[in-house]
Amino acid sequence: MSPRPGFVLEVDRSTPPTLFWHGENFRLERLPVGSRVVYPPEPLVPLADPDAAIAHALEHPLGDSAPLSALLHRGMKLTIAFDDVSLPLPQMESPDVRSRVIEAVLDQAAAAGVDDVVLIAALALHRRMTDDELRHALGKRVFDAFAPHGLLWQHDAEDPDGMVTLGETDEGELVAINRRAAESDLLVYVNINLVAMDGGHKSVATGLASYDSIRHHHNVKTMQHSRSFMDRHHSELHTSNWRMGRLIAKSLKIFQIETTLNTATFPDQFGFLNHREWEWGLKDRAAFHTVRAALDRTPAPLARQIFHSVRAPYRLTSVQAGEVEAVHEQTLEHLFAQQLVPVQGQADVLTMGLPFISPYNVNSIMNPILVACLGLGYLFNLYKGKPLVRQGGVAILSHPTPWAFHPVHHPSYIDFFEQVLAETTDPLEVEKRFEESYARDPWYIHLYRTSYAYHGVHPFYMWYWCAHALDHLGAVIVVGGDRAAVRRLGFKPASTLADALEMAEDVVGRDPSITHLHTPPLLIAEVS
Amino acid sequence: MKALVVERQLHRFAAARLASALAGTGAAHGLGPLRLLETEPPALPSPAWHRIRPRLAGICGSDLHTVDGASSRYFEPIVSFPFVLGHEVVADVLDGPLAGRRAVLEPVLGCAARGIDPPCPACQRGQKGLCERIAYGEVSAGLQTGFCHDTGGAFAEELIAHDSQLHAVPDELSDEEAVIVEPTACGIHVALAANVVPGEVAVVLGSGTIGLTTLAALRRYRLPRTLIAVARHPIQRSFARSLGADAVVSSTELARAVRRATGTLAFERDADELERLAGGADVVLDCVGTAESITEALAVVRPGGRVVLAGMPSTVKVDLAPLWQREITLLGAYTYGTEHVAEPARPGAPAEVLARPTFDLAFELVRSADLGRLVSASYALEHYEEALRHAGQAGRRGAIKIVFDLRRPAGSWRNPEPATAADAPLVADHSPTKGAS
Repeated sequence: MSPRPGFVLEVDRSTPPTLFWHGENFRLERLPVGSRVVYPPEPLVPLADPDAAIAHALEHPLGDSAPLSALLHRGMKLTIAFDDVSLPLPQMESPDVRSRVIEAVLDQAAAAGVDDVVLIAALALHRRMTDDELRHALGKRVFDAFAPHGLLWQHDAEDPDGMVTLGETDEGELVAINRRAAESDLLVYVNINLVAMDGGHKSVATGLASYDSIRHHHNVKTMQHSRSFMDRHHSELHTSNWRMGRLIAKSLKIFQIETTLNTATFPDQFGFLNHREWEWGLKDRAAFHTVRAALDRTPAPLARQIFHSVRAPYRLTSVQAGEVEAVHEQTLEHLFAQQLVPVQGQADVLTMGLPFISPYNVNSIMNPILVACLGLGYLFNLYKGKPLVRQGGVAILSHPTPWAFHPVHHPSYIDFFEQVLAETTDPLEVEKRFEESYARDPWYIHLYRTSYAYHGVHPFYMWYWCAHALDHLGAVIVVGGDRAAVRRLGFKPASTLADALEMAEDVVGRDPSITHLHTPPLLIAEVS
Repeated sequence: MKALVVERQLHRFAAARLASALAGTGAAHGLGPLRLLETEPPALPSPAWHRIRPRLAGICGSDLHTVDGASSRYFEPIVSFPFVLGHEVVADVLDGPLAGRRAVLEPVLGCAARGIDPPCPACQRGQKGLCERIAYGEVSAGLQTGFCHDTGGAFAEELIAHDSQLHAVPDELSDEEAVIVEPTACGIHVALAANVVPGEVAVVLGSGTIGLTTLAALRRYRLPRTLIAVARHPIQRSFARSLGADAVVSSTELARAVRRATGTLAFERDADELERLAGGADVVLDCVGTAESITEALAVVRPGGRVVLAGMPSTVKVDLAPLWQREITLLGAYTYGTEHVAEPARPGAPAEVLARPTFDLAFELVRSADLGRLVSASYALEHYEEALRHAGQAGRRGAIKIVFDLRRPAGSWRNPEPATAADAPLVADHSPTKGAS
């Protein structure tokens, strides 16, 4: 039986309660009759032989690129950059697709006699990966072959000797990237394209760039004009990255490898998450009630640990390699084939259950800023065309939103929450008054470079991700969140969904139309 | 007359200490050293002394320390029992040159008030707070009115004051504004003792009356680049902001706030939480005076920085290793006297350093910063237990300064209207030099 596409359910009296993610737990909510629920498509049938597909892609490149084997030769300097721990979510079962691809590239490099090879985790301004995370992403064989010899690097955007300026785009955007990558004869970039925002020129132009380069597109103006991040042809974020990427490509040979995964996001014990509620069988019901009963009795740190140990049974649906833009266009086709769900019209109210994980809290705490970013930056932007909620509408997020931070991973987030959001939640004011001092703060830079901390400016980007939604929405309500933390974000707290819907009526009027985004697994709503 | 009298009975001090430790300030009612008594007004030691009748009398932290039996025994030789508490006061002057006027008391009992001539070196320099003769002269031992047997205190229907202690209150100043002049003078002295230079980062620990007046003074007389206030309660946070703090934080947020303001590095413990700052603020003004606050001050001041101790301490246990290793200067700031401030001698003239009595500066600051609003609640003397309890819990109960109101007729439940120029019983101009010797 072929997998079913995404689906928009209209809630009627017989519709069972709808599952909402609620951090490291779930809520079953009864949506008003007439509400719509947007379900993700079922997982596409994966490639039968991933390794063969990878080998085929390397030898049959897209665009004007030669096959990888033809680009490799003895005496050359080869750098392989790869997406960091922020992808995929959750981390996938071994072998991670990056390890498959990188092993295939290394086999070819070895066959060609290339002996100057360095691997670089393309962190951009993200935290460094731990050895365990690197070992999982790259596989034990690759990790053991490179890490002990100092050939497995993590991009350091603040290393004055490790960065090189390539020039400026026609729009005056500074392009500065990792020196090792820039001075290589060939840069191979290995992507996991979990969502349409990932990949393309953004991989190198952001993943290996400096703060002074990234700030040209990671800013409020760009974010407000990216509608959405998942639709690169309508995204200023991508337009800027494309300008930079084209400049980089003039001086650096890049062989881009992009991969797409299906939506098989959760293992069997969480099978109910992959199914639609009215189709839950006995096993799904039993699993749901068992899991929730256990979670209700589990302290938050332990529940977090349990969820972060979940490995997604993602499977490869496509792999393409070659010239960046040609590769990415085909990647997007594969992504949309898996994730796109047509939706008719916008709603007054958009409800979203937020899960335990976002790209920036892998093995970490989902702090309030990340809650905002996940809801308003990521899930709100899972659209092509128009947002799922109308201008002036209301977003209702469900998440416990604890006033809690990981002190190692998110030190500047704590300050951002204590200082910046206490003063203002206006993204433009935040940017104008505070960004520079956080970005240049020597302590944050020290922690970014030597510990496992996100760069000092990173919480600002999280807030900028929300800028489009904050501009678009009339109100944001958080169900079941820490009230003080929710208020600090500038949102309104509600105890129950029913309360939140009543509060929303104050903004959008009586009997509002409601759409619930039933994700993850991921989907992109194509709103007409 | 009615007066709140402190008697020297060690068992009562011990009981108060125990009761306040267990149940909070004011819990020692009936057990502690404080009693409301009918007493005779104090005698006038010389013609330079005059009778004054309190209108409003503020409850100070040092008063609470005394009532709670928490004061240091250091003070024993420089107080004289029994004494009537109270030294923050605006009063009607009953006789002498200012008879018929309202006046604020400068309570320090220096050489002039004691009839000692020639005065000690400190008093000659105008540093009354550092007087070396506070147990000598024509009144009994006592560092201030309110701790001296012979002068009486402000928590009474009458006390006496020396010419050198009285500052006439200008008619446009309300009683509420006038009663805050004395703590404002303290705040000014603290702020100027810190010797902040433009561009420095300053921290004020504590946002009670002294913390807030210190903040206001720092903003008025010094120009720190960043001024961080530590406040516990919403009303304190609100006042701290309105009086010029750039950032108002809780104790748990302080180290991070200082780190942000200074851009310093920090030492980590097991790559975990922020452990200790490598640098820190240039100056910390501790307006609390506990072991915790002194420790906090030492933790966030930079190497070579200054800590000004303004809150009244007692015996405390503090790790002084950072003071030694980082060569931190710890200095006290007590009361007031003469300050040196840079300002134009006349409008339009270039700024020059002028020696001015702290109280003159305080009158100006009370007006310009509208500090009368710090007075939150008033009580009749008969309700002193509740007043002291309220003062001890001021921040938590949404208050800053609690005062006794002695204007109301005995037995009246009504709060009188605040005194203004229109209803002030007697009118007099305040001259910066008049009344202040």
